[in-house]
Order: sequence, then structure tokens, then C-alpha cells
Amino acid sequence: MSSEQQLPLSALTVGNKGKVMLLLAEGALRRRLLDLGVVADSVIEVIRVSPAGDPTAYLIRGSLIGLRKKEAHAIIVNPIQ
Amino acid sequence: MENNNNHHAFIHKSYSSPKNNERDIVIALAGNPNTGKSTIFNSLTGLNQHTGNWPGKTVTNSKGYYQYYGSNFTLVDLPGTYSLLANSQDEQIARDFICFGKPAVTVVVTDGTNLERNLNLALQVLEITNNAVLCVNLLDEAERKGISILLDKLSTELGIPVVGTVARKGQGLEKLKEAIWQLATKKISTSPIKIKYSQEIEEMIKMMTPQLEHLLGEQLAVRWVALRLLEGDETIFNSIEQYHLAKQQLLEGAVALCH
Repeated sequence: MSSEQQLPLSALTVGNKGKVMLLLAEGALRRRLLDLGVVADSVIEVIRVSPAGDPTAYLIRGSLIGLRKKEAHAIIVNPIQ
Repeated sequence: MENNNNHHAFIHKSYSSPKNNERDIVIALAGNPNTGKSTIFNSLTGLNQHTGNWPGKTVTNSKGYYQYYGSNFTLVDLPGTYSLLANSQDEQIARDFICFGKPAVTVVVTDGTNLERNLNLALQVLEITNNAVLCVNLLDEAERKGISILLDKLSTELGIPVVGTVARKGQGLEKLKEAIWQLATKKISTSPIKIKYSQEIEEMIKMMTPQLEHLLGEQLAVRWVALRLLEGDETIFNSIEQYHLAKQQLLEGAVALCH
């Protein structure tokens, strides 16, 4: 059994990647994240943090998307190489 | 022809424009933001356009006109959206127009460098209407990134016409107008891919269908409305109500004229 570490996306730092396991968001936020490609098994890479610290740019299935901390908190990922 | 009048009336009432002609063929232009949709809109309509607001909203509405093979086309530029699931006002506007405004053809403009995400919207459009054309734009960018797209294969998979364009350079636009015209004048028909959901959901849809057909009439996409209701989308009720109100007013207007 592989050790499947689970972290919120917000905990990953620049240059690191995670595979989506779970989406804790509900309602409109959930739909928006799903529409942006945040579905199970998608790989998300942390690209850069804006000067203000929020939002952060993530590479999600080929698109660069800005997510706020509150949104990144709701995405549970398994960190990968 | 009666349906044509209904939807023109809806457009007149809701999105009134002095130049709108009853015989115009109405085309909706949908797509994700940043796909070059505006470039396509501008290239097709040139200076024959005007901008206003969608009724009751602060969102910009652009309408333009062009002719092709002697027919007049009205092109309605919908707000750029990632989806039609009414997460935002933009999405609600786009959805309502495609669903209730009943354009003859909906063109979905996609970014060739990011097709997977862009197809999300295209597939949602296909749940509402069969009359759609996929436009894969930014092909030059895609080529630069080493992405080559098999347009014919995509067309076979989706069951709708697929046209590749580099709108920025004016490439593919004639083919796009041709595909739109062929579909609008019923020279071709489509058999779009239909997404199937879990057995539980499909069974619920089956249960809801007879009542919805009665409520909505044969014209509206019953399956799509059922899915929205199952999802808990409350905005759909308002939209249906507005559509029926418009229809009602048209009917009353027609009756009044006869007396």
C-alpha cells in the first residue's frame, strides 16, 4: 500500500506538484473548480505566488489559473515528484 | 415558422435592437475567455455591430451582422464563460440565450492550445442544443507549441462540424461561415455525442421527463433542464418563467392584432 499523503494544495510550495484526491468545496466554488479541471487525478503544479501572497498561480491541466488561499485550501492533493 | 417568430420575439423583447430583421438567422458565439472569440466576431461582422447591455444586467452585449449566400446573419457575442452552469451572471446569460433565445446555430470557439479544458463548455452546449459548430482557433499558437489537432477526427467524435481557424490572420473564416450556413439552412444535420451519467441519475431523468415535457413543451431541452434541477440549480426556474412570459406576451400580442 502506497503512502498516500494528503495535503491541502495551499500547503504546497512553488515548483511542487500534487495529484488531486478530493475537493472539499461545495456549491458554486465546487462547480467553478471542477470547470477549471480540478477533478480527481488531475496534476496541479505550483508556479508562482503573487507579491501580495495571494492569489497563487497554478498550472492545472495545461492552463495557468490563479487561485486564492481559500480556494486552494479546499483542494486536497497527494504530493508527487 | 411559428417557433422562429417566438424566438425572434423573445430576442426583440429582451435584447431589443432597432435593426433586427425578422428574417435574420441568429447565431450565438460562445467560448471560454481568451480564445479569440472577439477576433472572430469582429472579423465576421466588421463595422456592422452594436453594443449594448443584456437586459437588466451590466454585462455587455454585442450583436453584429453579416451576409452569406444571400442570407442575413445576426451574430450574438455571448460573454466568455468556462461553463454554462450559472456560477456567475455571465454564465447565466450565455446559458439563457443558447437555451431560450434558441439561435439557429451556436458556435463554440475553443483555444487549440488548451482544447481539453475548452471542450468542457462545448460538451455542455451539446447538452442544450444539437445545432452547434466547433471552432478550434489559435491553431498557429498550437503549432508553435507542437500541438497538432486532428480536426476531422474531432468532428467524428463530437458529431458536429469542426472548423480550424487562425482568426488573427483571417484563416478559416470562410469555412466557418460555410459550416454555419450549412447547419442553419439544414443542408447538414448533426448527431452530437451525448454524455451518459450514472444509472441512478439516468433513471431520475427518465422519471422527470414526462412532466417536464408537459411543462416546457417539445422545444426546450428536457434532459438538460432535468439535469439542472437534479443539481439544485434554482436559477433555471426564473429563466423558464421569463421565457414563458415572453411567449405569452407574443401570443397576446398576436391575438390583439386579430381583433
